[in-house]
Amino acid sequence: MKSKKHIRLSLTYLLLTLLSIAWLFPIAWVVLTSFRGEGTAFVGYIIPKTFTLDNYAKLFNNEAFPFAKWFLNTFIVAAATCVVSTFITVVMAYSLSRIKFKFRNGFLKLALVLNMFPGFMSMIAIYYILKALNLTQTLFALVLVYSAGAALGFYIAKGFFDTVPYSLDESAMIDGATRKDIFFKITLPLSKPIIVYTALTAFIGPWMDFIFAKVILGDATEKYTVAIGLFSMLAQDRINVWFKSFAAGSVLIAIPITLLFMYMQKYYVEGITSGSVK
Amino acid sequence: MNNSKYYEKVSVLEALKKGSIDIKLSALFMGFANLANKQIIKGLLFLLSEILFLITFVLQVIPSIHGLITLGTQKAGEVVDPDTGITITVSGDNSFLFLLFGLAALIFCAVFAYIYWCNLKSARNLYVIKKEGLKAPSFKEDVATLSNSRFHMTMMAVPLLGVLVFTVLPLILTICLAFTNADKDHFPPGNLFSWVGFENFGNIITGRMAGSFFPILSWTLIWAVFATVTNFFFGILLALVINTKGLKFKKFWRTIFVITIAVPLFISLLIMRNLLHPDGPLNELLKNWGLIQQSLPFLTDPTWAKFSIIFVNMWVGIPYTMLVSTSIIMNLPQEQLEAAEIDGASKFQIFKSITFPQILLIMTPTLIQQFIGNINNFNVIYLLTGGGPVNPEFYQAGSTDLLVTWLYKLSFESSRDYKLASVIGILIFVLSATFSLIAYTRTNSYKEGAVK
Repeated sequence: MKSKKHIRLSLTYLLLTLLSIAWLFPIAWVVLTSFRGEGTAFVGYIIPKTFTLDNYAKLFNNEAFPFAKWFLNTFIVAAATCVVSTFITVVMAYSLSRIKFKFRNGFLKLALVLNMFPGFMSMIAIYYILKALNLTQTLFALVLVYSAGAALGFYIAKGFFDTVPYSLDESAMIDGATRKDIFFKITLPLSKPIIVYTALTAFIGPWMDFIFAKVILGDATEKYTVAIGLFSMLAQDRINVWFKSFAAGSVLIAIPITLLFMYMQKYYVEGITSGSVK
Repeated sequence: MNNSKYYEKVSVLEALKKGSIDIKLSALFMGFANLANKQIIKGLLFLLSEILFLITFVLQVIPSIHGLITLGTQKAGEVVDPDTGITITVSGDNSFLFLLFGLAALIFCAVFAYIYWCNLKSARNLYVIKKEGLKAPSFKEDVATLSNSRFHMTMMAVPLLGVLVFTVLPLILTICLAFTNADKDHFPPGNLFSWVGFENFGNIITGRMAGSFFPILSWTLIWAVFATVTNFFFGILLALVINTKGLKFKKFWRTIFVITIAVPLFISLLIMRNLLHPDGPLNELLKNWGLIQQSLPFLTDPTWAKFSIIFVNMWVGIPYTMLVSTSIIMNLPQEQLEAAEIDGASKFQIFKSITFPQILLIMTPTLIQQFIGNINNFNVIYLLTGGGPVNPEFYQAGSTDLLVTWLYKLSFESSRDYKLASVIGILIFVLSATFSLIAYTRTNSYKEGAVK
């Protein structure tokens, strides 16, 4: 009996080890490639023969792909989007959760319907609207588009506000507080976790998106965000020269985002499960 | 103090019928009732908005609506001026801007209609106030309600404006394009497009596009089913394996898989694309080990590519399901499991009859959302294969293209077939809406979460 259990446990360890190798292999390969000194895009082995930091250095001292500039662009867009869209999301979620106004249910249904249209569908129209406003190829347009999307992404935050007891609002109202006071002095201080979650998600967004950014920024290489920049390094005619630097850039971007995600993990799981367990 | 319920016992129509002359006149001259009842600022604001609207209506709205109907008549090019007989170059009409401004004009009218309705309601409120002998609120008091009973209006005004300009307007615009002949040969500057009715829909369902549309649609559905089911099933299995009794370093094993979620999706997909490249490390390794002589066409053969995509998607998605189902498994009632074990149920029986159904129950809404998300899964396809390998039988699409990536290609690559892209967008919406509707009516949790 005991040995049977022992064998089963050993098999489990073996299985998990194999799976871990399968899952970590691509990541290990990219990290190793980013330090590889020799060869072009692909070589016939995994462990580099020479190690170097040149691929990282190349990102910061070349004219064609100004990685530092891209990093700064993305940071500006991400920070601005983070502030604006967190505010918008929280405000929408709070209004739709706490205040019972006439068109509330109608609006919730409309938002559901609007969210069902594929985002790429209206991209071409958004591009021409921005063009009519003379905003294409600007970072401001990116902030505008990312933040406008936040107004319909209120579901997780709304779920959170739904759990804040309404009796708090009522007792404050009896004491003569206005809705504004309740929002700023009672609800917001209680909502720190969801604000942190919303802000981090909004901050990460611009680092990941490259389709909208590419459509809006076109060929203005100076204005690129890191995602489009890295993507453009892999074009057919560039990949051999730039692949190792692409790997280096990926590592540089992945590290902060991985850390942020590890920190957010708890909120992420709660967001998914709390909506359904009731 | 919230008075709206109090006022609403009298309908606007009733107030207009029974009210004195100033109430009646405010249907014609906005703000008249307010002005006559000492709400000077409010009255003036209403009046001003009416005057502004009338001026804009004549100068802007009428031409815009006319433009919306014709979508432009003058092509760019050279015309002979009838008065002088000299040939001059004209820039021509821009159908797209005509469409945009026409729709903007309609939205502008709708906004004004709302202001007009507010004016009527305000007159009705004054009617009630006068009838009951109350004091009409001053402008200052009205403004104060914006931070109290009407606080939601203050807060939602700017976000809703954003939704209107960057979501609703573009969406209506794109839907309109589906009913025109807009493509690269019919697009400004230089050319005009015009209304064609349901021609494009007919073209896709029965016409010459049907040969591309239906195969792509069926691959989209097959992909969505496999991508969702494999991730869900193997994710739960992995969570259970890590949760095996007696296994050490549970947290360590979980962290290994969570690391892959944390890596930005576009980076991990681009890595995968190069990993599976004909000259990439996976092929090289297999060759070095002598398992294969020639590179395997992971992403370059239609059938291989489809399997590769589903496997890569498992690499991406299984950790997500593992993460979520772990927290569910840990919260499952232990008594039930122990009771089943005492009764002699096997591991498989426990999984089949207790663990799996419970996880399924909790995760159904997420599962349906994931399914809809997979129908629209742009990133995995675009970054891995770009829709390729090219399929000569399809119009502007490759063998692994989903409807969304096809839509993207039609809009932004050489074909610039906007009309077709819009029709596909609408059809994708119909598809997602159908599945959401099923989800919405079948699962209670989804319903509660959405509208409460």
